[in-house]
Amino acid sequence: MPDGLGSRITEISGTALPIRGNDIDTDRIVPARYLKEVTFDRMGEYPFFDERFDANGNPRPHPFNDPKYQGASILLANANFGSGSSREHAPQALYRFGIHAIVGESFAAIFTGNSLAIGLPTVTVSHDDMERLMAAVEAKPELKLSLDLSEKCLVFDGGVIPVEVSEMARKSLAEGYWDSTSTLAANMPKVRQVAARLPYLNGF
Amino acid sequence: MSERTLFDKVWDAHTVDILPTGQTQLFIGLHLVHEVTSPQAFAMLREAGLSVAFPERTFATADHIVPTDTRARPFLDAQAEEMMQAIEGNTRDFGIEFYGLDSERQGIVHVIGPQLGITQPGMTLACGDSHTATHGAFGTLAFGIGTTQVRDVLATQCLAMEKLKVRRINITGALSPGVYAKDVILAIIRRLGVGGGKGYAYEYGGTVVDRMTMDERMTVCNMSIEGGALVGYVNPDATTFNFLRGRTFAPPAEQFERATNYWLSMASDPDATYDDQIEMDGPAIEPTVTWGINPGQATGISERLPLPEELPDPAGAQRAYQHMGFTPGTPVRGIPIDVAFVGSCTNSRLSDLRAAAQVAKGKHVNPRVRAIVVPGSYGVKAEAEKEGLDQIFRDAGFEWRAAGCSMCLAMNPDQLHGRELCASSSNRNFIGRQGSPEGRTILMSPAMVAAAAISGQISDVREFL
Repeated sequence: MPDGLGSRITEISGTALPIRGNDIDTDRIVPARYLKEVTFDRMGEYPFFDERFDANGNPRPHPFNDPKYQGASILLANANFGSGSSREHAPQALYRFGIHAIVGESFAAIFTGNSLAIGLPTVTVSHDDMERLMAAVEAKPELKLSLDLSEKCLVFDGGVIPVEVSEMARKSLAEGYWDSTSTLAANMPKVRQVAARLPYLNGF
Repeated sequence: MSERTLFDKVWDAHTVDILPTGQTQLFIGLHLVHEVTSPQAFAMLREAGLSVAFPERTFATADHIVPTDTRARPFLDAQAEEMMQAIEGNTRDFGIEFYGLDSERQGIVHVIGPQLGITQPGMTLACGDSHTATHGAFGTLAFGIGTTQVRDVLATQCLAMEKLKVRRINITGALSPGVYAKDVILAIIRRLGVGGGKGYAYEYGGTVVDRMTMDERMTVCNMSIEGGALVGYVNPDATTFNFLRGRTFAPPAEQFERATNYWLSMASDPDATYDDQIEMDGPAIEPTVTWGINPGQATGISERLPLPEELPDPAGAQRAYQHMGFTPGTPVRGIPIDVAFVGSCTNSRLSDLRAAAQVAKGKHVNPRVRAIVVPGSYGVKAEAEKEGLDQIFRDAGFEWRAAGCSMCLAMNPDQLHGRELCASSSNRNFIGRQGSPEGRTILMSPAMVAAAAISGQISDVREFL
């Protein structure tokens, strides 16, 4: 049995890093060639690699290269962030780069699940609030943000923006259930009962 | 209980418990594993001292990284070789059936599951791959998951899930000649958007889907995730049962009738209630191609490239045009291509190869174009060769390869170079997807790829039939 539950995640504070554009897919977040590594150890080097570096490895202007966003722990994104491939390498890369929460207008389904499974909250705000947030952070990168999952809000510069997070995800993060193996494994007797009554596992 | 969808019934039959978070603990009847998204999951099992709970419900193959021009080991790419050895070692150590390059059952994971009859109606299925919804063609609830979730399924055969809503998509009437399943799903995504399916399972139906073969239904379900839907499915019917009968892992003859009765009972009730319903007009769908950097940026072959300001996301369209180098308002037909790729879990089955071969037969690939055909599995390749399709392709100047994911995501040596433009039967036109950060992809049906390969430009396949 694993140790049990994961850490309790209720609040993430820090500076933010805006990445503009809808439909940012996981191929852009981590190019497929880095999926040939059999561990996640080096993923923190790869977020947006092909946008951040030219063919010779020279850095290009990109929020992830910009010194003014260095040390940011909250990523700001527009709509349908993390679409496409199910590669967990994408949230792993962001997390290992130092991103510990993502605030977006919306997220792709598998990306949301993968992020939750590693304890990386994804919460949503309205389009207008995201515009405000991005503009505020671009104007003042040292701005401190605080994401409060219990109160479902994002506090910054005296302002408060309401955030949406599913109650299941919120609980999962707050109580450590996001590290799910032990919770699922505790039910193994019931799992075997379900298997025993499924016609296709029992000769119909 | 009536009024239930297949989604409701399969979900309920596989519910183990409601977790303290409110999530459902869902039993996964079948787990498919491939080499790319599994090594870290096996490492996590080892670290925790766990075993695989249901090894007999777990099947593995190698598809993403395998070269398609040679099967020789060790692979020239040392990383690919290490990854191959990892899946070989992990499946051996944990007692999982593995179809490697020396197996006649090897192939793209979403091609071999159905082909071997492992995928069946009324099941839940998971795989560390976003195109897992392909199996939904059988009336299976098939979830694409990440590596940590692969760990959970290996360890417990379960996932912690939030239930989805169900959107019924009715495609009525009939398709015109030269219009294929690929055009149907591209038209659906174009209409509903790449994020439109978020929170939904898509149930595809209507006369167009009723008349589709299983291969065609798989093509439609395959790209559900491209429309934002985690799950896509078609209710099982006689077409489904006829496909499955006699396959290696299908129920044996003496169980088959009981199996079909069960499968039919899992189909959506005629009066099932849906969270949303969409009507599509089959005859209005024409051969469809993408022009941008996501699968929703698509257009009918006879249309002109849309103006950014006509679209819901003008900034996204502008970025797409910047990458593709096309001019808004000009015809999509006639754009010259460099590469043609027939393959991928979307369109690499026997009927796909037949459709492309029908167009290629007796013609020749434009000398400017590099064209490859990559069958979806060892089995598909063998059947195609029995029919002589390989010869038709070779005579026309296509390369005929061994099975794998190949140029769909370019994790093997099959890649675009520089700004090459590829007419591709795959599922994603994302920037960099086919191996070159500057590379460009236009998605279309396999027959349209063959037409583009021969003419050297984006063409209307209806002129080739």
